[in-house]
Amino acid sequence: MPIISVRDLVVEYDGRRVLDGLNLDIQPREVMVLLGGSGSGKSTLLRQILGLEQPKSGSISIKGTDITRCSHADLTKVRRSIGVAFQSGALFNSLSVEDNVALTLREHTALAPSIIELIVWMKLAVVGLADFGKLQPRELSGGMKKRAAVARALALDPEILVLDEPSAGLDPIVAAELDELIVFLKETFQITALVVTHELPSAFRIADRIAMLFNGRLLAVGTKDEILASQHPRVKQFLNRAPDNQVHAPAVAAYFEQYVRNPEANS
Amino acid sequence: MANLLEIAGRETLSQLDYVGSLHTQLWATLRGMRTALPLVGNRYRWRAAVRQMLEIGVDALPMVALLAVCSGFILAMQGASELRRFGALHYVIDLVAVGFTRELGPLLTAIAVSGRSGSAFAAEIGTMRVTEEIDALRVMAFEPVEFVLAPKFLAALVAVPCLGIVSNFFGILAGGLFMFFSTHLSLPLYFRYVLSSIELRDVSAGLIKSLAFAVIIAQVGCLEGFRVRGGPEAVGRSTTTAVVRSTFLVIVADAVFTTIFYFVGKT
Repeated sequence: MPIISVRDLVVEYDGRRVLDGLNLDIQPREVMVLLGGSGSGKSTLLRQILGLEQPKSGSISIKGTDITRCSHADLTKVRRSIGVAFQSGALFNSLSVEDNVALTLREHTALAPSIIELIVWMKLAVVGLADFGKLQPRELSGGMKKRAAVARALALDPEILVLDEPSAGLDPIVAAELDELIVFLKETFQITALVVTHELPSAFRIADRIAMLFNGRLLAVGTKDEILASQHPRVKQFLNRAPDNQVHAPAVAAYFEQYVRNPEANS
Repeated sequence: MANLLEIAGRETLSQLDYVGSLHTQLWATLRGMRTALPLVGNRYRWRAAVRQMLEIGVDALPMVALLAVCSGFILAMQGASELRRFGALHYVIDLVAVGFTRELGPLLTAIAVSGRSGSAFAAEIGTMRVTEEIDALRVMAFEPVEFVLAPKFLAALVAVPCLGIVSNFFGILAGGLFMFFSTHLSLPLYFRYVLSSIELRDVSAGLIKSLAFAVIIAQVGCLEGFRVRGGPEAVGRSTTTAVVRSTFLVIVADAVFTTIFYFVGKT
């Protein structure tokens, strides 16, 4: 039984359809990578799965609870089993790194402070930030912020880890470190991970399965090999990094001709 | 003509929308307030509230005191220049005492606080929206209104009336200094006159106004923050709007309250 299952999801912003009847199943203990270009709707899908926005129609079940229709209390319960690392890290700037990780432990559990301290240290050690707990978020580099965000996401030992663009804006070495961290987490903690990215090398390094999004629809869902073997032109274009023909030469030429022929209208 | 109607309609709708969201937010805050209270609530929220009280109240003390001293002098001098012609200089004492406790003390404080703290609320919450911290709070199963707004609201409810009292004191003190230098009336005697000229009703009217202003400043400032959409430039706009709107609403509320107290006081 899938741990996350999205059914016929339709999302519209001001009448513009962003997700169009999308279906996706994520199995327990797999790393699913959502791959897609800018504006393909992958961030929207992520926000829907996290219950941050309401869809126009369709349903999203997480661990058997339909989060589009459930009560606030049920949504809270589901959310406690999901750890999220946002694109910008979204660390609370008013708290130190340690306090960021400790926040949910302090407020959602009845653990003793000494135990919390230990857990926080362990989570920070997992992402390689054990010595940086006392720092403020603004003192961290971009890669460290993202790793700290992962540590915070792991605080309550979630079953599902959601990462939004973990390697965006990072240099290749730090991005590769984050990829290794995700693979390590999957192997060590048997975690289900949903990773949104547009970086191909990263996607192929970490994914068990890949879902390709384009214009609010899924073009292909499958293992790395299935995606590589896909004959869909858009998938091939994305994998080959081929640009769209954005400039239509005859149309531009016609416009200029018109302009030159009509000097009074333009003076 | 149709265009004019369209603009008027859209404006009305957007104003109604604003009032509506202000209302919703106020109720949500009142429901979430319990968590910010000491002993019965969540101790982290209470600590945040105390920190906010220091920021809103203690840090604003010098500014509010100076503001009150200046306005006290102004009021006393303007009053004296007219009253002297009728040989009624001692009425300056009543003017300053009643004017400050009923009106100027709360109003000056509210304007100072809306400039200092209202804008700070909008900037802080707006930044949290832009950096996805508000979303992070929600997926971490915290209620943003309860986590961010409730402590600020409680702090404003405590700090603004306190500042109002300080402002009253300094304003009346300035009046006393003026009387001392112009008529050699000693300060103890001046304060005895002051106490005989103000009634408990004046003080309580001032405090009720202060509470209302605190509600307006905290709610408007935070709502502007929560309404931020887009990037950092939207945060800048929201701080300006927060100050303009809250100052405007404070003065409107002052007019309403003064009218009510005027008619209640007559009977």
